[in-house]
Amino acid sequence: MSELVVRRTGPLALVQDRGRPGLGRLGVGTGGAADRPSYELAGRLVGNEGGAAGLELLLGGTALEAVGEVVLAVTGAPACVTVDGRAAPLCAPLRVTSGSRVEIGTPVAGLRTYVAVRGGLRTRTVLGSRSVAPSGGLGLHPLAEGDRLPVGRSDAPVGEPGGSPVGPPLGPVDLPATIGPRDDWLTEDSLAVLGDAVWQVGAEADRVGVRLTGPPLSRARAEELASEGIVRGAVQVPPSGQPLIFLADHPTTGGYPVVAVVDDAATDRLAQLRPGEQVRFVLRRASWLG
Amino acid sequence: MRFLPVGERGVLVELPDGDTRRRLESWLAGHELPGLVSHVPAARTVLLTADRPERLAVLRDRLLALDLADVPEPGRQGERVTVPVRYDGPDLAEVAELLGLSPQEVVRRHTGQEWRVEFVGFLPGFAYLGGASGGLTVPRRDSPRTRIEPGSVGLAGEWSGIYPSASPGGWQLIGRTDVRLFDADREPEVLLPPGTTVRFEEVGA
Repeated sequence: MSELVVRRTGPLALVQDRGRPGLGRLGVGTGGAADRPSYELAGRLVGNEGGAAGLELLLGGTALEAVGEVVLAVTGAPACVTVDGRAAPLCAPLRVTSGSRVEIGTPVAGLRTYVAVRGGLRTRTVLGSRSVAPSGGLGLHPLAEGDRLPVGRSDAPVGEPGGSPVGPPLGPVDLPATIGPRDDWLTEDSLAVLGDAVWQVGAEADRVGVRLTGPPLSRARAEELASEGIVRGAVQVPPSGQPLIFLADHPTTGGYPVVAVVDDAATDRLAQLRPGEQVRFVLRRASWLG
Repeated sequence: MRFLPVGERGVLVELPDGDTRRRLESWLAGHELPGLVSHVPAARTVLLTADRPERLAVLRDRLLALDLADVPEPGRQGERVTVPVRYDGPDLAEVAELLGLSPQEVVRRHTGQEWRVEFVGFLPGFAYLGGASGGLTVPRRDSPRTRIEPGSVGLAGEWSGIYPSASPGGWQLIGRTDVRLFDADREPEVLLPPGTTVRFEEVGA
């Protein structure tokens, strides 16, 4: 079996796949890749069937050595990729011979670069997934120098080059969102402010969620809310009045009111925004409530 | 029963109390609902997620037609688990003072009643335990701790709970246990799923 040996990592290198859907009642969140389209694209480029495990590299900075021939693809936040010192393209299958070293630099835009390997990484599974959720203590540890990652065998044809890496935002990124469930916990003025303001991605941004900074929101109710279920994209307003949008590793329940929920597809874009970049909510009411 | 929107494919069903929430959960466990992909029970709500937005109105209408009073209260058919605890938590004295009790009486109340896993949330395997006779309701700590060790036994609001993994948290810590709430090397991984009955037992330090 081929292996990838980790020779260096950036701030956080994690094994990710599609996560653990449907286990919320055991306190287990779905997790999985924070930017799912980039993860899926990488997998397609190396010919993987859906759900094979790959790498999610926060701010790149990673070196991998192949033991046995492997086929890789790099997507997501665009970083300089080299194989034995020679530049290699993004969004294309790369054949890497045994003993070669693949370096992934620091991305020029976005936060998370994805690496898929044909056959998928064969690290241990927990509850049906190889995804690592550092906040919940699930799966393998964050990767460190010296880790050896087994690679599955695959004869599947690799994909055609295609798709795009993540680009820098060209202004505030629109986040379409459904109002509720607890919008009545905000004052009417504050709900309007949520929709009108341009918000900055705060420094507190990880796989659990992204804190936004902007005009403080005022709660209409001061009492404590009993814990209730949370989804990816939930916009929670804690007593500080600065909203937090939950991402892949959100807790399954929480006790601060969720006043709106960002559309699922927009949460992948959000996971690639850097602190200081801007977002704007495009709020609407749920149509089915009638 | 109230229906609150949760994004494109979710609905939060709000129930008047824990009893009706348990009945709804028990009904959901026995029925196939088209397009329902997950349900997450909590104190007085159940979060339902569907595969497509069009399902939400249908789900709501199905539940509206339901009379939860006719659904039997789920019995205590879950497992029974005893959790040995060393009652030496850093907040035991403060909890006693908040309740106007001696620390020994706090321990006596904690070990002297049956607790039921009402729901599991927050972290993998974190069971929210409701006590049969209560008497231990305390607020969360004003300022949460940045790190709580796994196995810490705490109180918050009407709940008792045990931290399954190291995490920040605001619960009042009254003791420790070696029991592992979540263990990837065990089958099943989650020790205390919803419906489990728990008794705490005092052990020496």
